[in-house]
Amino acid sequence: MTKFRKKVYLAAGYNTISFGSGRKEFNPKKARPGIEQYITEAGRGSIVQISDPKNIDEGVISNFMAARFCKQGNLAGFIPEIDPALEYKPSTRVEGACGSGGIALVTSMKTVLSDLADTVLTLGVEVQNTVKAIYGADILAGAGHYASERKEGHAYFFPAKFSDRAGVYYQKFGYESTRKGMALWYEQMIKNARKNPKAQEYQNSIEDLFGAGMTPPNPKAFVENLNIYDCSKVSDGASALIFASEEGLKKLGIDKKDAIEVVGYGQCEANLTKQPEDPTRLLTTQKAAEKAYQMTGLGPKDIGLLEVHDCFTITGILALEAAGFAKYGEGAALVESGKTRIDGEIPTNPGGGLIGFGHYVGGTGVRQAVDCIHELTGKANGYQVKINSNRPYALMISMGGNDKTVTAMIFKKAE
Amino acid sequence: MTFDERLQNVAIIGAAGKMGSGISLLLAQEMARLKNKPENKDKNYRLFLIDVNLDHLAGLQQYLRTQLVKAGEKACVMLREMYKDRQDLVENQDCINQYVEDALSFIRTGTDLSIVKDSRVIFEAILEKKDLKVDLLKKVDNFCGKDTLYLTNTSSIPINILNKEANLNGRIIGFHFYNPPTVQKLAELIFADNTVQELRDFSMELAKRLSKKIVPSNDIAGFIGNGHFLRDGLYGLREAKRLAKDYSLPGGLYIINKISQDLLVRPMGIFQLIDYVGVDVFQSISETIDHYIQGEDLKDDLLKKMYDKKILGGQKSDGSQKDGFLKYDRNRPVGVYDIDKGEYKLFDPQGWSGELDKKLGEYPVGFYAWRNLVADPKKADKLKTFFQNLKSSNTLGAKLALAYLKNSKEIGEKLVKIGVAKTAEDVNNVLLNGFYHLYGPINDYI
Repeated sequence: MTKFRKKVYLAAGYNTISFGSGRKEFNPKKARPGIEQYITEAGRGSIVQISDPKNIDEGVISNFMAARFCKQGNLAGFIPEIDPALEYKPSTRVEGACGSGGIALVTSMKTVLSDLADTVLTLGVEVQNTVKAIYGADILAGAGHYASERKEGHAYFFPAKFSDRAGVYYQKFGYESTRKGMALWYEQMIKNARKNPKAQEYQNSIEDLFGAGMTPPNPKAFVENLNIYDCSKVSDGASALIFASEEGLKKLGIDKKDAIEVVGYGQCEANLTKQPEDPTRLLTTQKAAEKAYQMTGLGPKDIGLLEVHDCFTITGILALEAAGFAKYGEGAALVESGKTRIDGEIPTNPGGGLIGFGHYVGGTGVRQAVDCIHELTGKANGYQVKINSNRPYALMISMGGNDKTVTAMIFKKAE
Repeated sequence: MTFDERLQNVAIIGAAGKMGSGISLLLAQEMARLKNKPENKDKNYRLFLIDVNLDHLAGLQQYLRTQLVKAGEKACVMLREMYKDRQDLVENQDCINQYVEDALSFIRTGTDLSIVKDSRVIFEAILEKKDLKVDLLKKVDNFCGKDTLYLTNTSSIPINILNKEANLNGRIIGFHFYNPPTVQKLAELIFADNTVQELRDFSMELAKRLSKKIVPSNDIAGFIGNGHFLRDGLYGLREAKRLAKDYSLPGGLYIINKISQDLLVRPMGIFQLIDYVGVDVFQSISETIDHYIQGEDLKDDLLKKMYDKKILGGQKSDGSQKDGFLKYDRNRPVGVYDIDKGEYKLFDPQGWSGELDKKLGEYPVGFYAWRNLVADPKKADKLKTFFQNLKSSNTLGAKLALAYLKNSKEIGEKLVKIGVAKTAEDVNNVLLNGFYHLYGPINDYI
């Protein structure tokens, strides 16, 4: 695969609070910030870290379904609202369902690589609490093939999709061990989130997390093979960061010690109209990770920080296998081994992941990259991992739909 | 006539009241489910909702619409299955809207009793006054078919009395929902001596369809639920008056309400519960049970005074709590009524109520508020530890709470002894499922 012909960096990351149930200040009956407030908070949180916003050349914003959740389209038009210096700059909105953030990262990176821009402000946003979860499920179902899947689909469309995967996985690899791995994933993610003041589960006070994670599913009210603790929450929030070339970093006054470098990436799109070939595997995720490994010559043994798309606990386990950290069928055992814990060999989702931090769908991929910036530059505060010098790379995987739209990116600290 | 045939035409009288509106919602939901079965496609369903007040009926329609939406949202997994053959209903929103429309489409409201003439099942949920109920049942039975079945939601009046005085020949049963009917899991069933078998079977099946736990009670005024509640509340009033000598009456009411909630680990203190039910309803229950039960004083002068002064509690039309023994702000108690002054004395944690809290003493180790234990799978162990610590505590609060618990247990045992309940388990089940208690009154904790 082609190598980058110049270096591309990320810096100036900012995440808003992931807002929704679980946060004590959240009250569904009270007025909350709208999508523009999240965009401006994240954007300003990023540009306050640079010398002058006029040196930003372009903007990219990712989002999934603001047109339905917030009745708002044309989101790129909110980028000039962040700062007057952004007025009349080129701005683009991208969409790839839950993988929208990953698409924003790739789009921004390619823009810098194209030489048309030295700096790109990259944002991701979603505001979902405008509707109840039961109606949000209809909206999120748009990440699948609506025409062929929605009518036959479950009330909780996507939880059911991954519940089906979990069901087949249980049959193939055993219920007890898988269920235990999923509950441990939940426990690890909540413990991580409790270290991250912006996480939706920061204030989670459940005493027996593993016990909660082992709650039997209730198919009458929810889905067959997952309980509510297996699911990421409904979230409002946004993230922002800046992509820059070498020249761009200088223009923005960003020291390299505060930046990370994109070492390689893999981007894959699978046919939305087709059902997964094998429900027990995330084959698109696997292909995207393989592409990133091929481009960089790296492998799982080089990765000291992992950010995966755990929209459900089972998805986290499948992602560990797809990205090569566990053999097929051994993802749950890897979680049980403790290696994915924040102090483990492969710290995974140290900020809480989608399960613990929250999942503002169209912004999650950007949030994952922001966390990679914070971890690799030593700015993650309470949820800082100790990066092993033998494993200096971070891998993040952004996934959209039922493993359809996937971006994998490998980073290292800038030198 | 089969159960499903009976449910094709139902009437609820007193439908706009607190209990009637909940019963209306439950029936509308079950009838909508039946109506949507493929085999019932061509059948007509009717749910007549009768009340004396047109404004209240308008409120009821709004309530039903709002609650049906909520019910549809909660049951959407089932709705999608129910509407699986309707290709035009794709999204959850489509199914929920259709469900609401389906249910509302067979509801007719009115003040004229005669519209229920073809109903084959009639729920009675009017005021808790025997003569009113008898008059109504007689009147309705004059123009309804003689196979019409009556289910009364009375919470205290013996069913044999209603049966006899309304000449129903066993076509009546006590089907006592708990407040609010949509939430509380209990249905207390009371048979008259000659309640017909079809009505017994119908009621058992209905309780099952509505996911209610059935507890049978013998036909003795007040039955199990109010048999316990009335005596429990009267004990609380007597205790408050006893404490008034040292702490004033508002102080006594404050103390008893507090310990009966916190140290008994109940969802509400006893006076908050009386306010929730309504001081007037509680007074009415008191008069009814006192009338039928000999050898026991089941009335209270303070209760009567509150009733006479029209300090009645109950709920406003928006569901918020009205002031009664206690004053409320957003449904939370913020003061207590001073009957001598005719005004509320607001709680003052820095002043008088804070002083009383100090007098009650520290809560024993292992204390959890009801809301923190209600969903805890280890609540039985935690309660055991807490009550053990309560017994070894020497504070005023602990002593009052233990005496309260002991009295509650004695009430429960008495209900078995005098034949209201068949077993201690029945008593406990009523308190667990109808009052949201975490433990039954007949227990080994004390």
